[in-house]
Amino acid sequence: MKIAIASGKGGTGKTLVSTNLFYSISKQNIKNCFLVDCDAEEPNDMIFFKGKVEKTFDVNQKVPVINESKCTYCGKCHEFCNYNAIFILPSAKIIKVIEDLCHGCGACSVACKFDAISEKEVSLGTISRFYFNKSSTIVEAKMKIGVMSPVPVIKAAVKETGNEGIIILDSPPGTSCPFIQTVATADYVILVTEPTPFGLSDLKQSVDTLKTMNKPCGVIINRSGLGGNEIYDYLNQCNIPILMEIPFDKEIASHYSKGELFVKYKKEWEQHFISMFNSIVEKYGNSSN
Amino acid sequence: MEIAVISGKGGTGKSSISAAFATLSDKVILADCDVDAANLYILFNPTHEEEQIYIGGQKAIIDYSKCYNCGLCVSYCRFDAISFVNSKVTISEVSCDGCKLCSRICPANAISMVNSDKSLMYTGTFRNGKMVYGRLAPGEENSGKLVNMVRDKAKTIAEAENIETIIIDGPPGIGCPVISTITGVEHVVIVTEPSMSGLNDLQRTIEICSKFNLTTWVIINKSDLNPEISNKIQEFCLSHNINFLCRLPFDPEVVKAMINKKTIPEYMPDYEINKLLKNALNIIMNYGR
Ligand code: SF4
Ligand code: SF4
Repeated sequence: MKIAIASGKGGTGKTLVSTNLFYSISKQNIKNCFLVDCDAEEPNDMIFFKGKVEKTFDVNQKVPVINESKCTYCGKCHEFCNYNAIFILPSAKIIKVIEDLCHGCGACSVACKFDAISEKEVSLGTISRFYFNKSSTIVEAKMKIGVMSPVPVIKAAVKETGNEGIIILDSPPGTSCPFIQTVATADYVILVTEPTPFGLSDLKQSVDTLKTMNKPCGVIINRSGLGGNEIYDYLNQCNIPILMEIPFDKEIASHYSKGELFVKYKKEWEQHFISMFNSIVEKYGNSSN
Repeated sequence: MEIAVISGKGGTGKSSISAAFATLSDKVILADCDVDAANLYILFNPTHEEEQIYIGGQKAIIDYSKCYNCGLCVSYCRFDAISFVNSKVTISEVSCDGCKLCSRICPANAISMVNSDKSLMYTGTFRNGKMVYGRLAPGEENSGKLVNMVRDKAKTIAEAENIETIIIDGPPGIGCPVISTITGVEHVVIVTEPSMSGLNDLQRTIEICSKFNLTTWVIINKSDLNPEISNKIQEFCLSHNINFLCRLPFDPEVVKAMINKKTIPEYMPDYEINKLLKNALNIIMNYGR
């Protein structure tokens, strides 16, 4: 079963929830328990854990290389490229691949009738797999700096779990492509929000998106007590369950800031996370796996 | 002059700070480039003067009256978007990258491309100038093209209205939309918070800024939540030749300001945090003069 932890807005406590939830359930001896850090632009989960690297590998993308001695400057590749990644000026015999724009789709290679295009691999980032305990593993997706989209790295990280067991996905913020890629594979989505107007606006957008995708979801309100009541009214109205409320607490904030898991210090929370997890698995766990 | 406010990590208070900057000086153009979670309109309730459709990308769809299920497209698609579902060729909307290759090679001419045109850009007037903001439809690729469109519009208005300062509220992360937000701006202000993950994200964010040779400033928000890490961040900036701008205290009133739909200078003009922000903006505006 896959559970995605997401939030429209960044910084609401997605990582806090993912890491503490994973830690709490990893002690339950569940076979094949994974935490996947899908926030590939800014992966942070490993700050909270010590784990041995089991393996790392690069995620690559293909980009075309044009052999100018064979190129006739016909412009077919430029025409086939739907991302404007090939610049061509036939009159001056100039052709150039703009690698930053290339998505590696291969259309230009199909287009070229003169066998002038070959491909090379460029790295988009790395996947690291960490041993946590004998039944639990952490997989981290890390996009290379300067790369445009984290999506290929995220896909590779999710694939690395083998799609079996209990998989916690720490999803990237927002509701655009990287978020969709992450939650699309999930059986259940936990949205982490905070009770502020910004939080509510982003929450609404996430809820609407999940509705169109037909994904069941519940909400964790983080830093409760700091904001207003609108969020409760909204959730009530939409019939979305509040799974947990984490109060604003300087101690929790301080543990988090130091890279510590607060469930280790506030033991009762470990139980809260486990019960929340159990009730989700009970209700939604049988749909797959 | 364009001043972009960004933060590697979300939720650091970036939007509250850009909103403060937008109401601290003479009239400004405010460009909300956090198109995935545009929030500033909540605080400013701008008028709607203009709306423009943004074409994000394309998706492939199959016309089953023409498709004879040969499966050629399955082997061409590099995004694993086409597969046999119940022995029928099916395109997954989530996975389709919009490269158009399938549509080009389909022998039955059964695949066509549709534009994703659900994203919009709005222009309006708010209480201290003009505002431009984009709204990315859920699931769209946040390619930075919408960010560019918002920035271009902001610049056009700035010229027409003879307004000098453009404040840009940027997206989280370090991917394509961030790169689009910061390329060519005069100043980048990175808002961070004192946590290990904050520091981690800051380092990645600074790295991307230095790739583009930008005048970069750092603000630590909620700095007193962990003075030790705040010191570390400040030291890091000094040793990397990054202009350190200021430390802001944690103040629960900031959330109250937001709930009352006011910015910091409007809601709490005499607070320490407002004085610090005013001073910070002055330093930026007078830099190099
Ligand atoms: S591989 Fe695709 S995206 Fe890259 S240059 Fe060729 S056609 Fe364009
Ligand atoms: S347009 Fe490209 S990515 Fe989309 S289904 Fe066709 S081949 Fe695959």
